[in-house]
Amino acid sequence: MDMQIFLQQLVNGASLGSMYALIAIGYTMVYGVLRLINFAHGDIMMVGAYFTFFAKAAGLPFEVAVLIGIIGAAIVGILTDKIAYKPLRDAPKISLLITAIGISFFLENLFTVLFGSTPKAFSAPEYLTKIFHIHGIYLPISVIIIPTVTLLILAVVLWILYKTKYGMAIRALAFDIQTVKLMGIDADRIIMIVFAIGSALAAIGGIFYAISYPSIDPLMGIIVGLKAFAAAVLGGIGSVGGAVVGGFILGFTEIFVVAMFPELGGYKDAFAFFFLILVLLFKPTGIMGQDLERGRF
Amino acid sequence: MNKFIRNIILIAIVIYFIYYAQKHFDSYTLSILDNIGIFAILALSYNLINGIAGQFSLEPNGFVAIGAYFTAILLIPTDTKLDMFALVDPAPIILQMKAHFLPAILIGGVAASFVALLLSFPVFRVRGDYLAIVTLGFGFIIRIFAINNPAYTNGAMGLNDIPEEANFLWIGILCVITFLVMIHVIYSKFGRAMKSVRDDEDAASAMGINTFKMKTYAFMTSAFFEGVGGGLLASMLTTITPDQFSFLLTFQLLIIIVLGGLGSMSGALIATILVMGGMEWLRFLDDDIKIFGMDLGAHPGMRMVVFAILLIVMMLFARRGLLGDRELTEFFKKKSK
Repeated sequence: MDMQIFLQQLVNGASLGSMYALIAIGYTMVYGVLRLINFAHGDIMMVGAYFTFFAKAAGLPFEVAVLIGIIGAAIVGILTDKIAYKPLRDAPKISLLITAIGISFFLENLFTVLFGSTPKAFSAPEYLTKIFHIHGIYLPISVIIIPTVTLLILAVVLWILYKTKYGMAIRALAFDIQTVKLMGIDADRIIMIVFAIGSALAAIGGIFYAISYPSIDPLMGIIVGLKAFAAAVLGGIGSVGGAVVGGFILGFTEIFVVAMFPELGGYKDAFAFFFLILVLLFKPTGIMGQDLERGRF
Repeated sequence: MNKFIRNIILIAIVIYFIYYAQKHFDSYTLSILDNIGIFAILALSYNLINGIAGQFSLEPNGFVAIGAYFTAILLIPTDTKLDMFALVDPAPIILQMKAHFLPAILIGGVAASFVALLLSFPVFRVRGDYLAIVTLGFGFIIRIFAINNPAYTNGAMGLNDIPEEANFLWIGILCVITFLVMIHVIYSKFGRAMKSVRDDEDAASAMGINTFKMKTYAFMTSAFFEGVGGGLLASMLTTITPDQFSFLLTFQLLIIIVLGGLGSMSGALIATILVMGGMEWLRFLDDDIKIFGMDLGAHPGMRMVVFAILLIVMMLFARRGLLGDRELTEFFKKKSK
C-alpha cells in the first residue's frame, strides 16, 4: 500500500471511528449509571438524523436543523428514560432489558410507518461536502470536520464529568446509586442529564453518518448501534475516554482491513462482533475500563 | 402412580388429536396449526434461557437459521443442489451431506447447540448482560455469513425445493416432546439450579452451584430445540433465504414468552396461540385504513408498532404476564404449609 492510499484510508478511518465514538459515549455513560444496555440508543441516533432531515426540509438553515435534531433526540432520550426505564428501577434487570428492546423496536417501526422504509437522500450544505485534492488524496471537508468536532465534544464531556458538580454526581452514581441518594442528590435528575448528553451525542453521530453516506433510513441505527456498543466494550464499558478509543480502533480496523483484503469486504459489519467476542474472552474490562462489579462491593 | 397414569392418558389424548388433525383437517387449518406448533417449540425453548435461567438473550433467529440451513442442505437431493447453486458451484461437502428427515433436524439442533456452546465461553464467563448484545449481533452475523458464502448457502438467493417432509404429525409430536423435556428440566435439580441463578446469582454460587455451567446448559438446550424448530420451519416452507431469519422472529417470541409469563412453560403455550392468532387478526392494521371515509393509506409495520407498545406496557404494568413464573397445574394445587 503506498503512502497516498494509506493517508486516504487514515482520514476515512478517523471519520468513521468518530461516529462510532460519539454513539459509544452514550452507551458507556448509561451503562455506567444504570448497568443497562440501552438497546434504543442506536435508534435515538436515527431519530436525531430524521429530525434534522425534516427541519431542513421545512426550509430551516442547516445549522438550525442540526440544533433541532440534537435537542429533539435529547428530548426523546429523556422521554424513554422517564416513561420506560424509570418505573422499572427496582424491577429485575431482565425487565429493564426487555423494555429497552421494546423501545428500540417501537422507534424503528414507528418511523417506518410514518416515513416509509425507503432511504431518504440527505443533502448537506456545500461547505461540508467540498472536496480538497492534496497530493492525490481526496479530502471531503467533512472528513476533517468530523474527527475535529468529535475530539472537541470529548473534551467538553470530560470537562463536565471531571470539573463540574454534575459530573461528580454522575461518577458517584456509577459507583453506588443508593449511597448517592442518601447524600441528598436527586439521582433521577442526574440520570436524566446522562440520557440527555448521551442522546445529544448520538444525534451528532447520526448527523455525521447522514452527511457521510448521504442517506437515512429507519433501520440505520441497528448495525451502527451494535458496532458502537462493541466499541464501548472494547474501550472499557463505563469509561468515556475508552469509548472514544474503542470507536477509533473499530473505525480504523474496518477501513484498513477492507482496503488491504478487499475480499473480506462483505464481512465488514462482522468485525465489531469479533472484537466484542475477543474482548469478552481475554479482557472483559476493555482497554481503559475498571471492573464495575468489583467497585460496588 | 395416579398422577403418572393421568399424565400418560393426557399425552395419549394430545397425540391422538394430532394424528386425527393430520388425517382429517383441511390444509388451511393444518398450515395454521403447523405454524403454532413450530412457534410453540421455539417459545418453549426460548423461555428456558430467558424465563428459567433469567439470562436475557436475543438468540432465536440466529439458531433457527442454523437449524434451517443444516436441515435444508441435508434434505435437498444432490441433483437439485447442482441445479440450484447458480452463482458458484456448491462446495463438495455440501453435495455429500445427506440424511433422512429425523436425523436431519436433529443434526440441525446439535449444530445450533454447538454454536451456543462456543458463544457461552465469552459471554457467561463475565458478569453483566453481554448475552443479549452478543446474541443480537450473532443474528446479524449469521445473515452476513449466509450471504457471503454462496458455495455453502447459495448466498442471498437462499435454498429452495426443500422436500416438504414436515407435517403436523411431526411438528405436533416434536412440540409435545419439547414441552415434556422442558417440564422435566425445570422440575429437576438443573431447573432448580437455573432458577436460583436467575433469582440471585451470588447466593447461588455461594451454595456451590456452578453458575457458568448452569447458564451454558440452559443456553445449549434452548439452542438445540431452536435448531430443531428451524429445521421443521425449513421443511414446512420449502424455501429459505437469509433475510427470513430477521430480528422480527426473535421479537415475536419475546412477546409470546412475556405475555405467557417469563418462566412458565404452560403460559408460553397459551401465549403462542394468542399471539399467533393476534398476528393474523391484526393483519388489517398493515392494510389500507379508512376512517370516516378518509383514506389513510397502507402502513406496513403498523402491527409491529402495536406489538412493541404491547410489550412495553406489559413490562411496565403487568410484568408477570398471564401465569407469572408458575405452571398451570400449580394454580390448582392446595397451598402447602
